[in-house]
Amino acid sequence: MIGVGKAKQYANVLDKPLSRGRQEVSLSAFAFLFSELVQYNQTQVDNIAELERRLEDAGYAVGARVLELLCHREKGNRRETRLLGILSFIHSTVWKVLFGKVADSLEKGTEHEDEYMISEKELLVNRFISVPKDMGAFNCGAFVAGIVKGVLDNAGFPAVVTAHFVPIEGQQRPRTTILIKFAEEVKQVCIV
Amino acid sequence: MASTACFVIVSKNDIPIYEAEVGSAPKKEDLAHQHQFILHAALDVVQDLAWTTNAMFLRSVDRFSDLVVSVYDSVVHTRFMLLHDSRSDDGIKSFFQEVHELYIKIFLNPLYLPGSRITSSHFDTKVRALARKYL
Repeated sequence: MIGVGKAKQYANVLDKPLSRGRQEVSLSAFAFLFSELVQYNQTQVDNIAELERRLEDAGYAVGARVLELLCHREKGNRRETRLLGILSFIHSTVWKVLFGKVADSLEKGTEHEDEYMISEKELLVNRFISVPKDMGAFNCGAFVAGIVKGVLDNAGFPAVVTAHFVPIEGQQRPRTTILIKFAEEVKQVCIV
Repeated sequence: MASTACFVIVSKNDIPIYEAEVGSAPKKEDLAHQHQFILHAALDVVQDLAWTTNAMFLRSVDRFSDLVVSVYDSVVHTRFMLLHDSRSDDGIKSFFQEVHELYIKIFLNPLYLPGSRITSSHFDTKVRALARKYL
């Protein structure tokens, strides 16, 4: 009979349980959706900086929600009050849930006290993207930078986050680095 | 069931996004204003207290005559504040945790702007039901 054995349908989203759900999403579906997102934004803007900003804004919304949901699921409702705590949370937990692996490395900047870098050999979002020469230093990793910014801002650590390509000798494709520069008030409020 | 209970959800920027009088006593206009005033005055204390601890449930942060303000601070610094006169800490903690789950479901909506008012009537019904159950 049709309909027998269907999962229970809830009338309202507030009644549905906040379960873990299916952990995996099709990579090709995501790559397709992301490419459409980038192409749509390309038609709306005149320059590269604006395009990066739009991708960042899209990632920001994701970051806020990821933060709240993951803290509820993984950390049993404990908040982070320390800078290193929230950075290692992003580096391991957030990356694992979003990309299936922890980030390659988390480093503290040498030149400035308030700079940190998360590096990845190849960002998942960039895997099927090739940037034409005339777009210069444009990096679709701005979306991931937006996610990190969303997580940090909403946890109470405002920061400027950008994505950069770092060429590595011996490798054809450059490494991607997410550069996090914390705002002034973070140094005053938090214990590093 | 607590006779006086005023529940407010305040966003990160100190803007209330949801208010409800969930006590069982009959509502009086001036008392409602006073409750909101007490809750907003307690926000200063919460701001300092929030950075000192890892836990979300901050217990009672402020008192006013016989009324106590209990606060639960979520990760995105959305504060759930309850003004009440009862004593059961566990009941209040469970109430906060259940409302927090409801709030997460609202927050996950990609069309919900974080920091805007929660207007869903279903949410309102559920919060009042939870208040009847735990307070």
